[in-house]
Amino acid sequence: MNTTNELPNSKTTPLDQFDLSDPRLYEQDAWRPFFARLREEDPVHYQSESPFGPFWSVTRFADIMAVETNHEAFSSEPTIVIGDLTEDLPVEMFIAMDPPKHDVQRRAVQPAVAPKNLAQMESLIRSRVTAILDDLPVGETFNWVDKVSINLTTQMLATLFDFPFEDHHKLTYWSDLAAGSPEMAGGNVSEEERLVGLTECLETFTNLWHERKGREDSFDLISLMQRDPNTADLVERPMEYLGNLLLLIVGGNDTTRNSATGGVLALNQNPGEYDKLRANHDLITPMVSEIIRWQTPLMHMRRTATRDIEFQGKKIQKGDKVVMWYLSGNRDESTIEQADDFIIDRKNPRHHSSFGFGVHRCMGNRLAEMQLRILWEEIMQRFSHVEVVGEPQRVLSTFVRGYETLPVKLHPL
Amino acid sequence: MPEITLIEYDGQTHIIEAESGKSLMQNALDNMVPGIDADCGGGCACGTCHCFIEKNWGEVTGASEPVEDALLGMRPDRKDNSRLSCQIEVTDEMNGMIVRLPEYQM
Ligand code: HEM
Ligand code: FES
Repeated sequence: MNTTNELPNSKTTPLDQFDLSDPRLYEQDAWRPFFARLREEDPVHYQSESPFGPFWSVTRFADIMAVETNHEAFSSEPTIVIGDLTEDLPVEMFIAMDPPKHDVQRRAVQPAVAPKNLAQMESLIRSRVTAILDDLPVGETFNWVDKVSINLTTQMLATLFDFPFEDHHKLTYWSDLAAGSPEMAGGNVSEEERLVGLTECLETFTNLWHERKGREDSFDLISLMQRDPNTADLVERPMEYLGNLLLLIVGGNDTTRNSATGGVLALNQNPGEYDKLRANHDLITPMVSEIIRWQTPLMHMRRTATRDIEFQGKKIQKGDKVVMWYLSGNRDESTIEQADDFIIDRKNPRHHSSFGFGVHRCMGNRLAEMQLRILWEEIMQRFSHVEVVGEPQRVLSTFVRGYETLPVKLHPL
Repeated sequence: MPEITLIEYDGQTHIIEAESGKSLMQNALDNMVPGIDADCGGGCACGTCHCFIEKNWGEVTGASEPVEDALLGMRPDRKDNSRLSCQIEVTDEMNGMIVRLPEYQM
């Protein structure tokens, strides 16, 4: 840590000097006491200065739910992260739209990830997971993030789109381009590179669309969109088609990747829970939800007030940024018992804030759960211990809570 | 105690002695009826407690509020008689009501 530029003391610093948008809080995993204090002392908190301008922080579970279900007062337009995006391509993503436009677009693609369709993809996904796990070195130290989490997420995306196998790295590249502004994923992509890359993305997917037309036996997302009357002509609306593709690619990339790493870390930090899992593989399903809660892969979403509104005694003004900290909601003891602990057999494991709430609630939530369930089912078939043998290196971001590296060593059954 | 019949997608039928004053969702969970997830715990914020109210019971259960309606709108399998079961408070008038559960929750 840079000693000339240390993080403030979470106990003694006045609340108005906290900068919750400082990505080092998350990179150094130092955020817990800051949010604990806010939940206690000032749960709806105004920060008047930050690199992203002033913003409100909503830190309690119930308040996050209240903001999300009031989409008339708290809009998702123009964007849903703290920073304001520079928009070079007018890509239309429904995550940053309000009803009714949001609803029309989401309704068109949602059936593609309904559990009914997911069941059709399960065996293919399982075979990809198996291939990755069988290829891992046993007994030597390697980076779980590269060899498993990234690899797995890319393969999953390729599977979902039935994307040509040899080009699958392009999906990760496009995802990074789409999410690569400093305020989103900590990346740094030039406007020109973005434009060139995303244009190639659209061309590639337009070709895939035409090649695939008329195939009745496939369950990939493109075929499903073609068969749904609402999206049968989506290719004629290129910015909407591209927007939906990118949203599916980005939505399922960092999030699943970091849950796949977070689970390994959580089990190693809580050996008693790992023992419970070894003794009873039926706990995989509740554990997956607990991993997603504990990790909170997306730390916040932002809304913008459409009018002056009083909320929990605070006067929020029209145009103010309102940041809902899922990370903090998931640690709120008034909603979740022993919220700081990782407990794989919780009674209501899906009662967490990681997927958000309301009309924007994560569309891929059941897909994400299925992917992670398959991963853990297959891990438990092979390894007695995925041992963490060093400290993780975390991502520098105010949005994505994730890992650059996690050194591990595998022990076979 | 009103008697309510919940029918799973595959036809499995559960007749429960419901408790008036509690939500239909909570009654289903308390009676271990599968097919309702209720991720948000009854906050009208997740849409995973979706159910279908048999036609002639719509009047007793009332209509959905705007927030509920918005969430129902996201359901691929929404029908005219779709409701979120956490938004229906069970009353004695619901004795004999029939409720169908969807193929999946999401
Ligand atoms: C553990 C994994 C995941 C987490 C934690 C996660 C989290 C989130 C969150 C917090 C939101 C915004 C919710 C809100 O504003 O209320 C969201 C929206 C979304 N997610 Fe996910 N997500 C995950 C996996 C996925 C996957 C695999 C997909 C792929 C289909 C996906 C697709 C989407 C889409 C399309 C939206 C926009 C929904 C809308 O605006 O209506 N997500 N996700
Ligand atoms: S339980 Fe979440 S909407 Fe009913």
